[in-house]
Amino acid sequence: MIYREAGTFRTTYRADQAVFPIPQDKAFVLGLVAVAYLVVPFVMTDYFFLAILIPFLILALATLGLNLLVGYCGQISLGAGGFMAVGAYSAYKLVSIVPETNLVVAWLFGGVCAAGVGILFGIPSLRIKGFYLAVATLASQFFLDWMFIRITWWTNYSPSGSATAPPLDIFGWVVDRPVEKYLLALTFAVVFAVIAKNLVRGRLGRSWMATRDMDIAAEIIGIRPMGAKLSAFAISSFVCGVAGALWAFVYLGTWEPLAFDINRSFSILFMVIIGGLGSILGSFLGAAFITLLPIFLNQVPAALGLPLSTAMVSHLEFMIFGALIIFFLIVEPHGLARLWAIGKEKLRMWPFPH
Amino acid sequence: MRSWKVGTALVGAALAALGAAPASAQTEQFIPHLVYRTGPYAPNGIPFANGVADYYNLLNERDGGINGVKIVFEECETAYATDRGVECYERLKNKGNGAPYFMPLSTGITFALMEKGTADKIPIVTMGYGRSETAAGAFFPYVFPIVGTYWTAADIALKYIGQKEGGIEKLKGKKISLVYHDSPYGREPITLLQARAKDYGYTFDALPVTHPGVEQKATWLQIRRNRPDWVLLWGWGVMNSTAIKEAAAVGYPRDKMIGVWWSGAEPDVEPAGEGAKGYNALMLQHGAGQYAVHRDILKYVYDKGKGAGEKDKVGEVLYNRGLVNAMFSIEALRVAQEKFGKGKPINGEQMQWGLEHLNVTAERIRELGFEGMIGPLKLSCQDHEGAQIGRIHQWDGKKWNIISDFIEADRQYIHKMYEETAKKYAAEKGIQPRDCSKVS
Repeated sequence: MIYREAGTFRTTYRADQAVFPIPQDKAFVLGLVAVAYLVVPFVMTDYFFLAILIPFLILALATLGLNLLVGYCGQISLGAGGFMAVGAYSAYKLVSIVPETNLVVAWLFGGVCAAGVGILFGIPSLRIKGFYLAVATLASQFFLDWMFIRITWWTNYSPSGSATAPPLDIFGWVVDRPVEKYLLALTFAVVFAVIAKNLVRGRLGRSWMATRDMDIAAEIIGIRPMGAKLSAFAISSFVCGVAGALWAFVYLGTWEPLAFDINRSFSILFMVIIGGLGSILGSFLGAAFITLLPIFLNQVPAALGLPLSTAMVSHLEFMIFGALIIFFLIVEPHGLARLWAIGKEKLRMWPFPH
Repeated sequence: MRSWKVGTALVGAALAALGAAPASAQTEQFIPHLVYRTGPYAPNGIPFANGVADYYNLLNERDGGINGVKIVFEECETAYATDRGVECYERLKNKGNGAPYFMPLSTGITFALMEKGTADKIPIVTMGYGRSETAAGAFFPYVFPIVGTYWTAADIALKYIGQKEGGIEKLKGKKISLVYHDSPYGREPITLLQARAKDYGYTFDALPVTHPGVEQKATWLQIRRNRPDWVLLWGWGVMNSTAIKEAAAVGYPRDKMIGVWWSGAEPDVEPAGEGAKGYNALMLQHGAGQYAVHRDILKYVYDKGKGAGEKDKVGEVLYNRGLVNAMFSIEALRVAQEKFGKGKPINGEQMQWGLEHLNVTAERIRELGFEGMIGPLKLSCQDHEGAQIGRIHQWDGKKWNIISDFIEADRQYIHKMYEETAKKYAAEKGIQPRDCSKVS
């Protein structure tokens, strides 16, 4: 009723291949972006921007990057945190060596460095698959962690091994207010989401998906596994690297290698799995679930006026969060994005289900 | 449909939870407190958090607050994780009339909050931890590593070793190893220990231990092979007791080990049992034990059933540190009240003035019931550290015994290092230091 395809006739291939073939979808997503740009900056408090929306957007970007690799190309990677670190530290080094560099250039440079490292650590994927590849990428995580802690050149020989970002000055626009930081993070997330959506619809994305579904068959129909896999590693790491640079420069300000440790990699992989493998929307849903739900759960008892001790609240948070992860994985193993799709199917039938 | 309802309910509750910020009266002072009562560092985080909470409750119950301003404090659990600490900071910084100060009890969180606190004009009080060069107050107006930094701690440890060896010049040719928590916290003392190695002529070796520190076999095998004359331990939480157990396992003499003041509390030695006998640790002036203030706490807080922890834990090392930390912060708040209006809540900017004009004399310490625990403390715009003394205590299997006099760190030497490092930081961030002669 509300949501239907009846009446939308596509007369050209172009219309059939549009990003959003259904007009309601298009209106919804454009409306969401419009709200994010035009309404949210005026109604939200600084707490929302700094503690909730900015980390969510940046981690969603990292999840998007990893989703390209894991969800679309089927190469399991546990190295997302390491690639984020490469992005953050190379951007930092570039800015400290050439202080005139525009920060956007520095972040993209961080992404390019991460892409290079990603290709390097993606080479084993040409020979090994599945869990074995996961172990190989785990090695990259540990190596990169080690490198940024031990080689003090990366942190300009800072005594405590931490790096500090310079003030955010982009084309003369000094980003220091929370809402400006939010708009910056939002812009990056939106631009990369559009790029990713178009990548996966194109030749490259199709070659990734073919490799994921059956690599031998893909090779037989003329897809080069090396090109497909390494390009997936490169582009995924690029996005992760940019996300890492944003995480360091925009969100943390001062950071240490611990910000990109193995737990970061795991949590991003979980965001991909919970959100939905091979889904752009799922990346955002997964990031929202993993980053926002614990913060929300932590505040519920106080909001309800329950006199629980701090430790108890924290334990409850863990238990409920864990239970919800299990619940969602049982209800819908294909992730939140699939739930969303089912919801849309149902809306199409409503109010006359079969 | 059902999942929809759940979803709507969740979103509704989320908005309610996040939007709710209770209004506070003019006569209430909101104080946030970042704690960790869960996670790998909880055994150390809990007594500290209890000490702070009990001191605030004591002031409310005994004195009716600070000059009649009741303290309303809220704990926020960080689990020692930097990102959660930042979230807690953002959540609480504007609550009530605005947070007067934050005490993160984590060097990692301190690093993340330093700039935020400076931008929001909220002091970050890091008693005995944090970033050492922040003691140079001209460069870091809103960070207060009061009572001692890690460079001070390392210097005191070296001086003590000098005493034991029969003169600081005897350090020449000795081997000193540092076993440290591989985080900004553990890495802090390395700079000073390396610089001092050149002056005194000892060989210095830094051995990292990965968070959370339960796996140290390789580190201690290295120590067994190298046989350093002294081992300094910069651990936290479960890492400390593990290190002591491993030292016992490889037969490294515990009385040649010196822990920093975060590696010298009951939860660090008790799990190691007999193996911890003879282990030394620095004291942030105070040790364990009960003093006049504890009697009041037992009377006004615990006897009324308002204690944050268990009665028999009152007076543990980290509990006392929580007390001292809360006491100094509150004293600075009183100073700020004197200037900006007695009986009124204080905001971060006013608190910063209070901290820089804090002068807790020996007499005041007696009045507060802290005599014997802590010495006087005087801060200024130049000096955000105030005191640079410490003692050593030793665990005899049952309790901590104080085995040294007060040792003072080399003030001039360390302040020069603060200045140099702070200048580097300021250059990188483009900060102009304040001119302290012009600050009133």
